Amino acid sequence: MFGWEFPPHNSGGLGVACQGITRSLSERGFEVIFVMPKKLDVSSPWARMVFAERPGVVEYAVNSPLTPYVTSSKYKKENGGSIYANNLFDEVERYTRMGSVIAKEEEFDVIYAHDWLSFGAGIEAKKATGKPFIAHVHATEFDRSGGNASVNSHVYDVEKAGMEAADRVVAVSDFTKQIIVSKYGIPADKVRVVHNGIDESTAPSGDGLKRMRNLKSSGFKIVLFLGRLTLQKGPDYFLRAAKKVLEHDPKVMFVVSGSGDMEEEILQLAGKLDISRNVLFTGFLAGSDRHEMYMAADLFVMPSVSEPFGITPLESMKLGTPVLISKQSGVSEVVHHALKVDFWDIDEMASKILSVVSHDALRESLADNAKREADRITWADAAVKLDGILQELVR
Amino acid sequence: MKSVCFYFQVHQPYRVKRYRVFDIGNDPEYFNDRGESDLNNRKIVEKVAAKSYIPATTLLLNLLRRHPEMRISFSFSGIALEQLERYVPQAIELFKQVVDTGRAEVLGETYYHSLAFFYSPGEFERQVAKHREIVRRLFGVWPRVFRNTELSYRNDLGHWADREGYLGVIAEGWDPILGWRSPNYVYTPKGAKNTRLLLKNYRLSDDIAFRFSSREWSEWPLTTEKFAQWVHAMEGDTINLFMDYETFGEHQWEDTGIFHFLDKLPEELYKNPDIAFKTPSEVIQAYEPRDEVDMPNIVTWADTDRDLTAWVGNPMQKAAIDAVYGIEDQVMLANDGRLMEDWRKLQTSDHFYYMCTKWSADGDVHAYFSPYESPYDAYISYMNALSDLKLRLEKRK
Repeated sequence: MFGWEFPPHNSGGLGVACQGITRSLSERGFEVIFVMPKKLDVSSPWARMVFAERPGVVEYAVNSPLTPYVTSSKYKKENGGSIYANNLFDEVERYTRMGSVIAKEEEFDVIYAHDWLSFGAGIEAKKATGKPFIAHVHATEFDRSGGNASVNSHVYDVEKAGMEAADRVVAVSDFTKQIIVSKYGIPADKVRVVHNGIDESTAPSGDGLKRMRNLKSSGFKIVLFLGRLTLQKGPDYFLRAAKKVLEHDPKVMFVVSGSGDMEEEILQLAGKLDISRNVLFTGFLAGSDRHEMYMAADLFVMPSVSEPFGITPLESMKLGTPVLISKQSGVSEVVHHALKVDFWDIDEMASKILSVVSHDALRESLADNAKREADRITWADAAVKLDGILQELVR
Repeated sequence: MKSVCFYFQVHQPYRVKRYRVFDIGNDPEYFNDRGESDLNNRKIVEKVAAKSYIPATTLLLNLLRRHPEMRISFSFSGIALEQLERYVPQAIELFKQVVDTGRAEVLGETYYHSLAFFYSPGEFERQVAKHREIVRRLFGVWPRVFRNTELSYRNDLGHWADREGYLGVIAEGWDPILGWRSPNYVYTPKGAKNTRLLLKNYRLSDDIAFRFSSREWSEWPLTTEKFAQWVHAMEGDTINLFMDYETFGEHQWEDTGIFHFLDKLPEELYKNPDIAFKTPSEVIQAYEPRDEVDMPNIVTWADTDRDLTAWVGNPMQKAAIDAVYGIEDQVMLANDGRLMEDWRKLQTSDHFYYMCTKWSADGDVHAYFSPYESPYDAYISYMNALSDLKLRLEKRK
């Protein structure tokens, strides 16, 4: 199984998903060899970790800043291209070449790769061994570009080549399957939908975020955005809805948690809309802070423009905080105890936020039922479906 | 002689359109969705009339002509009659013809299909009186048997009906209440003198209403021969088959064979000379009560709980129904016809049913029908509309 990141060295949902998948597959009796591009301090009782670095091939620093979410231009800007001689594409290219090397070293029955970053390695492994290949799509370039025309054609080509070479494509939602079929021309019967699950939250309860508690005790309701500040996640729609809410109810505080290439723009937008007093920027939150933030919120909003799945609403639901999610998301296909809205429908988003902050009964009913529902959405269920797909290929 | 007693419920609510916070104070129309959604009341009433009310009533007229001994009964909510008069007068004409045969009884209920009996006795009386008026105006008859919304019943409803001089009340024949007793007899409500209790035989009723087209059901397909045998085999004086009228053509579509079933059922039942059709009033007058039935707690005809939890079981439902009855005094004082009518339309039980989240327990999302995306959306539109109504009330002061 070719991956890119794995907790705790993950920058987002991809690593968490890989952890869930390896764990639940191993619980069903599969032996998983998890390959990552470089040596990291990760271990897992469910998978044997293999790193695609071989002495004499290429040497890299351990803590690479590579994340699956930055674009190549962004990556260059951040690192000045100095410490690491490679950019994201070079790194993917190196990983791709290592695919056949690793495939010849290891014994296995099925090749499995996650997203475009590892598809190349998967294709090479298939070329080298002829074994069946599953391409698991957690996000496409169309999601990352947030509906913009600026789709990176190199990434698109790698994605398409990976899905075409694959014997089966796994999509994290019907939403994503439609993109795979319509934009990548993959036959629908080759694409299987396996929704993500969520495991027990492991974040310890911390003592941060005192400020939130002070706000709450002075009568403010807290509405939370938590995610990368990129076009895809729709933080601008969040602020525009906030503006409408505040015209009706000034006792609401909007919290924006996360970082990303729209950070500057979002800060300015809050000023332009004249709502800065009611918008808090926390930066990126991890671990117990993140956990606390969910718990402090009265409502979690995920206004994504294009969200293949979206695990954050499930994290929130599990902690008993109601969610308002965009209909342009995979997670909206599996949860019923959530408020849903089209990401562009600012009026409806604002109306629903106002309803939650003004009706305790609505908030309580949503919270209770959401918690129960999230507890039923497990990786074990996802693994049952993956098991079936694997059986088709090795039979 | 054993009787078969049919009662069909005809009801259509005024569904609240999608009503946003921003509409409060700006839009006093709550029920006028004109779009393609299932919140468009006119569209739904026309659809149900075309699929169910018109073909089913045409068929019943035909049956009544062919079988001079046949008897049936209806309960119409006032708001269903009102909407049909406006949108599908043809359906009203057919119902009138049925009642004019003198062999179809019309039952009494609340005009607004509300749960007012349990929340406001005064409002309940007013809605029953208003219902009596529309039944008299359209059909020229006076209801003598009462059925409360969702077949909800408690001892005090029996006492009320007794005081009001009703011959009887209709209720669910729920085993935990009946114990060893069968629903197939006439009973007396505990503490009542003259009023009688007629109980739904839910097994046989639901065989038609719910299971008729279910291929998972071991008895599928249900034939008239089979059903008539079950009726013959039942012990008792009366087999009370109570169901939603939409069973015919709407809940069970025409292609399931439901109309054919209804068409052939009377002659199949008549093959046994010991069977007769009776209206609820006739059943009550024909048989002696077997026992007294005590229902100190509310019993309804809904789900496996047979209580009111499908309507007022969760915090949203409780908040909503408390809110609507909480402004009764102000509405009465305002004495504004339009406003009062809107307030009453918001009392219809369906609004609260749409907010039900009971299905979450077993994840069976489809067990409850709702025109809203979720129970939460139902609650939001309802509470926003009610907030607007309150604003209108305040403006009148």
